[in-house]
Amino acid sequence: MLKDITIGQHYPTGSIIHKLDPRTKIVATFLLIVSLFIVTNFTGYIYVIAFIASAIAVSKIPFKYMIKGLKPLLVIILVTFFINVFMTTGEIILSLGPLNVTKEGLYQAVFMATRLILLIIGTSLLTLTTSPIMLTDGIEHLLNPFKKIGIPAHELAMMMTIALRFIPTLLEETDKIMKAQIARGADFESGNIINRAKSLVPLLVPLFISAFRRADELAMAMEARCYRGGDNRTRMKQLKMEKRDVVSLGIIGLLIGILIYIRVG
Amino acid sequence: MDYMVEIESVIYQYKNNEEEDIKALNDVSINVKEGEFVVVIGHNGSGKSTLAKHINALLLPTEGEVKVKSMNTKDEVNTWPIRQTAGMVFQNPDNQIVATIVEEDVAFGPENLGVEPKEIYSRVEEALEIVDMRQYSEKAPHLLSGGQKQRIAIAGVLAMKPDCIIFDEPTAMLDPSGRKEVINTIKKLNKQENKTIVHITHFMEEAVNADRVIVMEAGKVVLEGTPKEVFSQVDKLKELGLDVPQVTDLANLLIKEGIDMPQDILTIDEMVMELCRLK
Amino acid sequence: MSIKIENLTHIYNPKSPFETKALDNINLEIKDGEFIGLIGHTGSGKSTLTQHLNGLLKATSGKIIINGLDITNPKIKLVEVRKKVGLVFQYPEHQLFEETIYKDIAFGPKNLGLSQEEIEERVKEAMALVNLPYDTLKDRSPFELSGGQRRRAAIAGVLAMKPEVLILDEPTAGLDPRGRDEILDQIKLLHEKFRSTVILVSHSMEDIAKLVDRIIVMHQGQVALTGEPTEIFKHAEKLESIGLGVPEITKLINKLNELGIHLKEDILTVDEAKEEIIKWIRGNENA
Repeated sequence: MLKDITIGQHYPTGSIIHKLDPRTKIVATFLLIVSLFIVTNFTGYIYVIAFIASAIAVSKIPFKYMIKGLKPLLVIILVTFFINVFMTTGEIILSLGPLNVTKEGLYQAVFMATRLILLIIGTSLLTLTTSPIMLTDGIEHLLNPFKKIGIPAHELAMMMTIALRFIPTLLEETDKIMKAQIARGADFESGNIINRAKSLVPLLVPLFISAFRRADELAMAMEARCYRGGDNRTRMKQLKMEKRDVVSLGIIGLLIGILIYIRVG
Repeated sequence: MDYMVEIESVIYQYKNNEEEDIKALNDVSINVKEGEFVVVIGHNGSGKSTLAKHINALLLPTEGEVKVKSMNTKDEVNTWPIRQTAGMVFQNPDNQIVATIVEEDVAFGPENLGVEPKEIYSRVEEALEIVDMRQYSEKAPHLLSGGQKQRIAIAGVLAMKPDCIIFDEPTAMLDPSGRKEVINTIKKLNKQENKTIVHITHFMEEAVNADRVIVMEAGKVVLEGTPKEVFSQVDKLKELGLDVPQVTDLANLLIKEGIDMPQDILTIDEMVMELCRLK
Repeated sequence: MSIKIENLTHIYNPKSPFETKALDNINLEIKDGEFIGLIGHTGSGKSTLTQHLNGLLKATSGKIIINGLDITNPKIKLVEVRKKVGLVFQYPEHQLFEETIYKDIAFGPKNLGLSQEEIEERVKEAMALVNLPYDTLKDRSPFELSGGQRRRAAIAGVLAMKPEVLILDEPTAGLDPRGRDEILDQIKLLHEKFRSTVILVSHSMEDIAKLVDRIIVMHQGQVALTGEPTEIFKHAEKLESIGLGVPEITKLINKLNELGIHLKEDILTVDEAKEEIIKWIRGNENA
């Protein structure tokens, strides 16, 4: 049931992109997003698409799998598309009752939809090639310099790790409690919105109680294993920048350079 | 011989929902020798889990003293050395695994202790080897069976290099094969790794191989001795609502019928031998 | 209430890399009023099977006929099925959610659309069945109860629906011996009193041996063995090979047999063993 959600899930293939330092990938993704906003015409997109396409090819993640990830976001893409089609003023090429399709609108719609699709594919490439734990590590390391201004880098990373660890456990539990209440005649699927919200009580209350109990027990288990915050803590896996990381950042730097050149020049 | 754990006249008192004082432990004194394998048995609410948490300094006695390797749990300076010396494995395998990858979870303890990364690697490998889970080092814990998860939790404690491990009902939520895995691992830790073991359970059959069995009821120690000494008191155990191995029960019934055999039969083989003698 | 299962197959995540056949062509018949012990290793398919019996899982193929009604037929109203087949999950106390014990037990009957009086009647009855005093406990929060009591309150929540088939998935898991004996005694009484069909899923061969009329052994999604307990426990080797055991007493009797001490083979409990051994010893003395 609930376990079938797979958007952006880690897809290990052991490719060179998978092996990159997570910090490299986070920074690269950030730069890719920036680059999408530098682009003002379709020529720019050619470079971005070429970059993303070759990244996908190198990552060995099946293209179909990437497309599948777009499906749940299709509605947002379509809404963006149609808003742009109908809301832009300019040379009218088609009239549908009160709605006018303009040449500029069509151009703008295709442009925005492309940006959105590239944005989604670009960021999902990050989560697909990086295990959640590496991602967390990367974020923790990138945030470390900001500790001085009060950003709790370690605590944030710990929270993310624990959340990731318990998502599957709680999903399984939700499934179980739901079935147990259905067996007692509960109905989660019919009725109006108010009734449906009410029908969630027998599911949510036990789920919260269980989550609190787990949190309690986990806190005790962590204390028993000498956990006392991030100070004086070491890590088994050390992040290390390699030559490939420098090269990758170089490539994306080059992409940004080209895009800026196109825009200015 | 030195004591690993010294529990001296401990009382632990707390307030329940109705603001009444409850004594979860009522004047308990137990000493555990270095290298000993002690099993504590009792019902839910007998105080056995409360006792376990005292050894790890997760709870502090209201009265009396608990010492681990002569370190008093009341002294705050000792908290972390005590937790490193006396590791603890809990009941629910799901609620004590922190990380999303097995080896990262095993590394959690030594990371907290500030151990050098290289040293952590070798400790993790060694610990996973001991619990026979090395081939799972890169798996996600939620995909493992209950027995496997519990062995990961044990490895996580082992990587802290403790001298003593306290098991707080580690098998209560497992199926028979998971229980067997965990029990065999505990035995191995005691025999091969020379760890002092305090094993808390309500499964009688897990006590058969212990050096010493302690039975608790209502916050007190009510029986203490070798497994044979304790289990031969079948009537007393039944009165407490505890199980005895079926063959021990049988021996007790046969003795009551006037048949001559020892009280302290614990295994099927012993029973078979006795019956063959009667042949 | 009789249950007939024909060629039942269930596949999880069909047509994906995670495809697993949890049930593989199951054929079973359970008679009205039978007390069944369902055993099997974790992952043998026993939970999947029980969840089919009240329509929580849909069969990939095959039929389940309860009292002549095929519940795999998509036109069947599942509420009707759930009224007749009660399912108590593992650790059922985790599903308690109401402020009072009364309200929680009333949840099932309320969903059946019963009248207030009828609901009250049923809650009273269900609490009596699991030995929880109605007057002192009905307005208490279920979370104030002890572990064993909480579990019994949760079981009462299913009993209040008056199912004709009661399925219990490891009702004693995690309980201490006292809590375990209380629950098993009540299940036994319940079966004797109402002659309802009971399916008990358990890992404890000792408990199964004491209680049930017939055992169904599952292994890798199939029915590996089925028969009376004495019959099943004769296959000690087969049971061990699929990760299950036999009661200690059975092991003892089998060992004695190997050594030429022949006792009656259908011994399941300590008391029966005592009787037989005494008979045997007296026989030796007389000879």
